[in-house]
Amino acid sequence: MWSLISVELYKIFRRPRTYIAFGAIAALIVVIQLGLKIDGNSYAAFLMKDINDTLTVDGKVLNGYLICYILLQLLLVHVPLLVALIAADMLSGEANLGTLRLLFSTPYSRTQWVFAKFIAASVYTILLLIWLAFLALFVSMWVFGTDDLFLMKSNYVVLIEQNDVLWRYVGAFVFASFSLLTVTSLGFLMSSMANNSIGPIVGTMSAIVFFTILSTLNIPLFTMVKPYLFTTHMNNWKEFFDIKVNASNEALYGSILNIAKIKNSLWVLTLHIILFVSASIIIIKKKDILS
Amino acid sequence: MSVIKVQHISKNFGALKAVDDLSFEVQEGQVFGFLGQNGSGKSTTIRMLLSLIHPSSGSIEIFGKSLAHHRNEILEQVGAIIERPDLYPYLSAQEHLQLFAKVRKQKIEKAAVQNTLEKVGLANRATDKVQTFSLGMKQRLGIAIALVHNPRLIILDEPTNGLDPQGIADIRRLIQYLSKEEGKTVFVSSHLLSEIEQVASQLLIIHKGKKMVEGNTKDLLDPQKRIVQIKSTNDELALQVIVAGSFSNYLLPRKEGVFLKIPTYEIPLLNESLIKAGVALLGIETKNSLEDYFLQITSNV
Amino acid sequence: MKKFIYIVCSILLLASTNVDAQTDPLIEKVAQKLALVNDYVAEGSMKTDVSFIKASLGKVKVYFKKPNLLKVKKDGGISLLPRGGVSLTINTLLNTKQYTTIPAGIQVINGKSLTVIKLIPTDDNLDWVISTLWIDPVEALVYKTATTTKENGSYEITMQYGAYAKYGLASKIIFSFNTKDYKLPNGITLEFGDEDPAAKQKAIKNKKGTIEITYNNYIINKGVPNSNF
Repeated sequence: MWSLISVELYKIFRRPRTYIAFGAIAALIVVIQLGLKIDGNSYAAFLMKDINDTLTVDGKVLNGYLICYILLQLLLVHVPLLVALIAADMLSGEANLGTLRLLFSTPYSRTQWVFAKFIAASVYTILLLIWLAFLALFVSMWVFGTDDLFLMKSNYVVLIEQNDVLWRYVGAFVFASFSLLTVTSLGFLMSSMANNSIGPIVGTMSAIVFFTILSTLNIPLFTMVKPYLFTTHMNNWKEFFDIKVNASNEALYGSILNIAKIKNSLWVLTLHIILFVSASIIIIKKKDILS
Repeated sequence: MSVIKVQHISKNFGALKAVDDLSFEVQEGQVFGFLGQNGSGKSTTIRMLLSLIHPSSGSIEIFGKSLAHHRNEILEQVGAIIERPDLYPYLSAQEHLQLFAKVRKQKIEKAAVQNTLEKVGLANRATDKVQTFSLGMKQRLGIAIALVHNPRLIILDEPTNGLDPQGIADIRRLIQYLSKEEGKTVFVSSHLLSEIEQVASQLLIIHKGKKMVEGNTKDLLDPQKRIVQIKSTNDELALQVIVAGSFSNYLLPRKEGVFLKIPTYEIPLLNESLIKAGVALLGIETKNSLEDYFLQITSNV
Repeated sequence: MKKFIYIVCSILLLASTNVDAQTDPLIEKVAQKLALVNDYVAEGSMKTDVSFIKASLGKVKVYFKKPNLLKVKKDGGISLLPRGGVSLTINTLLNTKQYTTIPAGIQVINGKSLTVIKLIPTDDNLDWVISTLWIDPVEALVYKTATTTKENGSYEITMQYGAYAKYGLASKIIFSFNTKDYKLPNGITLEFGDEDPAAKQKAIKNKKGTIEITYNNYIINKGVPNSNF
């Protein structure tokens, strides 16, 4: 099995297409970082307009931790599209090339190949996320320095102490890996159903965009289906950055406000991954390789 | 010992019968020529032999084991190229061999890679990306991949596609070498009889998914035997006479027309029997070779 | 016309004198006590309790230098302070000496009988408009102030005293202030389809805006560089 995974990884990282996502993420992050470095204070002032009416905020608000949060908010919506570029091509791309028959006539079951390909695509996804973490978190920490995380949410502000932040990012990135693996498995499922790359890639992207819109619209009809959509749960990495308060409204160091929500989302995402990958295996096993 | 034993396999794609009740056997060490026009069901049959397509009915045994139950075990000893030489354009010839050796759990030294590439005449392009290869070069690399794990059975689907005359001759020599020097069993398909009549020891002609003729190549191409077509006003009666007489062994299957492969000296006897039985003969037409016959039966006339 | 000239003259006279016309003796007493302190650095902890803010208890250092320099610094973090309010502690209020006092009776708070005195600034440039002080006449300690500022609203400061009472320095200061509504559009925070507001209300227990600083120790009159302010 390991030899199959290493072969798949080798193929992924020899393809120029693979590096588009890494390049795109780097470009996006650098542009945002540059913008915030040059004009970040006016952006922060705009965000803090309401707060400044009442309070004086003293300290480095626009530090690496906040920059990383802003970047994740912006990017974790779009990274799935980049993941789809590879994941949705894993099976259909080979069917299109005609190389699938080379692979499926080797002494390994199709289930083994699908697993190897899924694991390879997952490794790609995780590496993409590590790349994102490196640029968004560590480079921002280096460029902007660190301080407490002063997080302006829609209805309230969370001030998380500097020493209480990094583990939350670790948690958020682990959570995001589940989100992105769900996208990987969805791309995989689409990929198992087609013999060309474009269809599954566009299909996966469309599904993500469609479900994301359903997840974000506060219309009662959609509210009913929201808990079952994986896109609703994909954004819950943010829960790592909400904190519990005690009776005297004092934030509790090291606490997470709604850990049950995180656990629930992880379960929903894991179930989606299992469902999508299982469906891919069933489809591929039954399929006649005609390409 | 039969390396491949196919019994009554059929494959339906909706209403289309791509392969229809096909049976044949391939013996160890044989070069088995699988002949048919494009779309005759050759590739579908080959894909079934490699478990890429599931048969609608029938059974396949390879190395005496059921393909359905011992797939992985069987495929360990099979190397194949199927139809077009589709490869990864972003990888080099060398990388292809290394990857497929890895898949086959074979440790392959650089020298062995070079050696295999030399066998197929690609040694000087080892590090070039496949996207720069011609169709013929890709075909040769495909063969190299099929050979990389030293298989017992080699299945080559149209291996001379896209090759120039020199390339075709090279492949022919390679097949002969694999069979004679290395004792491999080779199952080779083509739509041109001329390409495989020189290498195949056994021939099977398939048309519209059905077996038309099968036999020893020498026997089928024996100059002492002629392929003749009986042209009469009543083919049914002519067939009855042939079957009733001692000519049924010479009868060749054909949906339309009556064909026999018959020793030259028996042609007058056949003529006599037919006339005696009252068959209104229009003529007994002699076909020059198996090629004529192949073209005749596979033509759409 | 005579009356008008009289009024104009009175205003001109008042404006030109610029003296602390009427200073209450109790305020003088308090001011004398505070005058003992030229500067201090105090360590303490700060608790922020604002309805829309979730912040933990933070360690702070408070720097003061005569006459009215004051800075609260959180120990390596971000601090939230009432806008303009912190700089108006009792020291900074009284050290300006640019006010006039109006006695406003006696009031009992927490079982303590306190003299109420109102301060009105005589310098137009000062940020505050009026400040009310609740003073213990025996200890000469201010227990509460209520100040209205020109630009930053009104707030109250409540004080508790301990070991440093002889310098008039509190062991605990509670700033109470009015908070305005806080709301950022979802389009900016990218928080779409969030949970029900009831959960949010539950998460935030207190609606009152207070910031509480508890001092552990003061280092008094040892010099504080200006770079701290």
